[in-house]
Amino acid sequence: MMTSNTHTFRRALFDLLSSMRFAISLLTLLAIASIIGTVLKQNEPYVNYRVEFGDFWFSIFEPLGLFDVYHSIWFLLILAFLVFSTCLCIWRHFPGVMREIRSYRDKASANSLRLMSHHHEINQPLEQEQVCQHLTEHGYRYRLRIDGDATLIAAKKGSWQRLGYLFTHSAIVVICIGGLMDGNLPLKVMEMLNIKTAETRNVPQSQIPEMSRLASNNLSFRGNVSLSEGSSASVVFLNSGNGYFVQELPFILKLNKFHIEHYSTGMPKLFASDIDVLDIKTGKVIQSGTIKVNHPLVVDGVAIYQASFGDGGSGLEFVQWDLLSNAKSKLAAQSQTELALTAGQANYRLEIGDLRPFNIETLDKTATTGDTSAVAVSPLQTALASAQSVQGDRNVRNLGPTIQFKVRDDRGQAVEYQNYMQPFIENDSSYFITGMRREVASAFAFTRIPLDQDMQLDAFMRFRSTILNEHLHADITKRTAAKALKAGGVSASGEAQFAEIAEGVLFQFSQGGFPAIESFLEKKVPQAERQVVAQTYLKILQSAAIDAMELAQAQAGLPVTPTDNMQYRFLMDSLVATSSLFDYGSPAILQLTGFNEVKSSGFQLTRSPGKNVVYLGSLLLIIGIFCMFYIRENRLWIRISPHSTLIAMSSNRKTDDLNREFAAHIEHLAPNQQQAPL
Amino acid sequence: MNSLSLKNRRFNTADVLFTLFIVVTALVSWQKYHSFLDYYEQGILIGSVAGLCWFGWFWPAMRVFFPVCGIIALGAIELYAGDLSRGQTEFWLKYLLSSQSAVMWMCVLFFLATILYWIGLLRQSATALSIASGLTWAAAGAAMISKLVRWYESYLIGADVGHIPVSNLYEVFILFCLMTALMYLYYEAQFAAKTMGAFVLLVISAAVGFIIWYSLDRQAHEIQPLIPALQSWWMKIHVPANFVGYGSFAIASMLGVAQLLSARGILTNKLPSYDTLGEVMYKAIAVGFLFFTIATVLGAMWAADAWGGYWSWDPKETWALIVWLNYAAWLHVRLIKGWRGDILAWWAVIGLFVTTFAFIGVNMFLSGLHSYGGL
Ligand code: HEM
Repeated sequence: MMTSNTHTFRRALFDLLSSMRFAISLLTLLAIASIIGTVLKQNEPYVNYRVEFGDFWFSIFEPLGLFDVYHSIWFLLILAFLVFSTCLCIWRHFPGVMREIRSYRDKASANSLRLMSHHHEINQPLEQEQVCQHLTEHGYRYRLRIDGDATLIAAKKGSWQRLGYLFTHSAIVVICIGGLMDGNLPLKVMEMLNIKTAETRNVPQSQIPEMSRLASNNLSFRGNVSLSEGSSASVVFLNSGNGYFVQELPFILKLNKFHIEHYSTGMPKLFASDIDVLDIKTGKVIQSGTIKVNHPLVVDGVAIYQASFGDGGSGLEFVQWDLLSNAKSKLAAQSQTELALTAGQANYRLEIGDLRPFNIETLDKTATTGDTSAVAVSPLQTALASAQSVQGDRNVRNLGPTIQFKVRDDRGQAVEYQNYMQPFIENDSSYFITGMRREVASAFAFTRIPLDQDMQLDAFMRFRSTILNEHLHADITKRTAAKALKAGGVSASGEAQFAEIAEGVLFQFSQGGFPAIESFLEKKVPQAERQVVAQTYLKILQSAAIDAMELAQAQAGLPVTPTDNMQYRFLMDSLVATSSLFDYGSPAILQLTGFNEVKSSGFQLTRSPGKNVVYLGSLLLIIGIFCMFYIRENRLWIRISPHSTLIAMSSNRKTDDLNREFAAHIEHLAPNQQQAPL
Repeated sequence: MNSLSLKNRRFNTADVLFTLFIVVTALVSWQKYHSFLDYYEQGILIGSVAGLCWFGWFWPAMRVFFPVCGIIALGAIELYAGDLSRGQTEFWLKYLLSSQSAVMWMCVLFFLATILYWIGLLRQSATALSIASGLTWAAAGAAMISKLVRWYESYLIGADVGHIPVSNLYEVFILFCLMTALMYLYYEAQFAAKTMGAFVLLVISAAVGFIIWYSLDRQAHEIQPLIPALQSWWMKIHVPANFVGYGSFAIASMLGVAQLLSARGILTNKLPSYDTLGEVMYKAIAVGFLFFTIATVLGAMWAADAWGGYWSWDPKETWALIVWLNYAAWLHVRLIKGWRGDILAWWAVIGLFVTTFAFIGVNMFLSGLHSYGGL
């Protein structure tokens, strides 16, 4: 009793697992899981998720493995079930399929033939030879059976269709197995058993403990490593959750040179790395070559791919301007390093980031082509006109190298900078461009500092130091007042008072630039007159600027540049720059004057023994699907009895093709034979 | 068309002539250019000879379509005489044969075809219908020519820029129109059911609408050079294979719509029979499923070269899998469970939304490794 119960239970379970219904539900589940994986960005650093979802949801999503769906236990479980159920399904259908392929169904009785939807009876025996010839002509294989006084010719064609089912379904299994071979399941298991744990600290590779290292004989892996030109590595890093593992390589990978090329449009054209592969023990070169995107190099089962690139620690030369002492000094450093920066009594740390040699910006046509014709006609017409040609006249320009760095004060507060090396030229005056931001999230706020004739900051710094130097204000304003008197701007009596006001304005400016003057006005001057007074102050400041520059030049023992338009613009820009430098956040300006670029190249190294298994499975799948859809299994029976012939046909697919072919066969075999009443 | 006589068709003179034509063309190009071809390309040349011959045999109409398009394209190339700017000055290029003009003609012709199919459907006018399918043929021709000419134009922009025009969203949309139209025309002929066109052409017109917007608003028609990830000969076969899939799924879904309408007594007696629609829908999905599978496998092989893994669960890959699973399930229930009728029709319609998302949605909403034309 009991046993039969369990028996029926097993039977039921088997039926369920091997049923189409179950398969379909699995496929649906798989699809849903996959969708989740695409909607949620996978394998981001965990902090990003915390920021995005907040701690609460993070604490729910994380254990569910939603941040790495495709490697989560439950996902693998679904796959396992799919494989299992497909296997059962094959197991269940295999015998039937084989029988179908072999048998000719030559046991069919006249009545069973008459029951078929496609059958035709004529009251006249057909010529056996003629029939057989017709069958072979149309690719049918047949078997004869004497059945009483009648002969049954049982023919069939396209039995391979049945193999289609076996092929597709075993293909699913094969592919999944291949995928499993390349998956990180073993590692997952070892993690669960605490044999291995991911490293979360950011420490030099050599100091990472055994717990987080994987031996070079690891069956399969997919890891990344970034090398700067001339350096080499014998490990790659596999990231796992919020940590990473160190995978030892069976060889040493050395990057000699990284090449990057651009099209004229500024789009990247080529990323390529010249590499050597060295023997892990002897250090002798085993193999060397160039890897490009789409052209990996395979070294004893490990494929090496071009994955990314960047700055690999380039030598940098700066001119450093101390904004307190206005002292100028040279600074030699290296990108991606830190060093101390002392300005006045305060100590800062200078954290130098990446050097970017190219900064190509695309300005689209409308922005650049100044011709008014484009404006005159309607935008649609312009669009239609441009739709004529496949060649876009986008114009691109290279803004030249930039260097990014942070300046961190002793309280740990950091401000980030992005400085351009090349002067930025705008209607033939040139500027030094420096960007500044206090949060990583926000965009850089750029300050443009005018450069002098020798493309240096010296003149500006001279001006700045003078105009901010209170002891010189009296001196400056005396000159200004004198000029004003000469020009008849003020009366002789008013001169002293004018100088006094001017000195006040300069004082305010030296306390915090234009904002300082503004707040001063807000405090001191009633709303009504503010506008007018502001105007006057600005005029005074502007003319004072001229004198400040003259004084600066004189003190430096340099010739005074005549105040033409160029010079005037220079001064106005200098005022603006001086003002905005008040909240520059750094005690110094670092002007990049030269560099010696060292590039770095990011490699992905993979060992995937399952690859060919997957390809085999794919081949099976395609062949199988082809068989299933494009081979139709047709069966024909011609039962010749002394006074009549019965022709019947069946196919595994009830399509119109069956009707057509049946008609055609009748047409060939028994032309103009009137049908016996059905 | 009698499928039996089709299956055992002996080679007739037309076949022989076509085969000769293809072989001769191939030989000429071989002796002119083989020094420039690497092994892959030589293989592709030989393969395409076999492919074209088979295709011309399988679908006789192609014995006219391919040569005509090819010759016109060659004419355009002659007119260019190696100078792209002539596209703006040379009359025939400016108004007819430059790839962009050809595309614009394609757009117009598809719209006209759509209108005429509807007139033909509603008025039950055979003439309107045959004009409509004539226009569809013409539009397909224009699309084909634009592709061939654009391919040449890309090399005129720069030797290092030249590439097969299947590399961004704009180019593949034209490919989509081409594939869908051709496959539809095949079924139209095979089932002598022109009225289906009214529905199928709707989806093509939608694509055409997108092409126009994308070109006028985003200048997407400009030929951009290939970024390193796309510089792979896998692209040449992966993308077209995919679009046979997308195209046939699109056809299937529109036939689904037709079925659903006729099931509700709308246009019932004007459309082909409910079952015929179902039959064609099945055939389309079968073709689509086969090619989509092939395309996905090719994609995996490409990924194995480009990204260091045949499967990275990149959004585009994953959505390809979802689309694939969807139709696998569809085929199961139709073939094994023997389902028929409205459910499958609805399913095919929904299938189009899934496919469309995999096709454009992913590029728009999900970030991934596929560099392939975001909007
Ligand atoms: C992703 C996985 C699968 C795919 C892509 C797939 C694909 C197919 C296709 C295309 C057919 C064609 C139908 C025909 O020619 O008759 C088929 C048939 C079939 N499939 Fe699947 N299948 C999958 C998984 C499964 C599973 C897991 C099962 C069983 C639990 C299953 C059960 C069947 C059965 C019973 C048939 C009918 C065979 C026949 O009578 O020809 N399939 N499958």
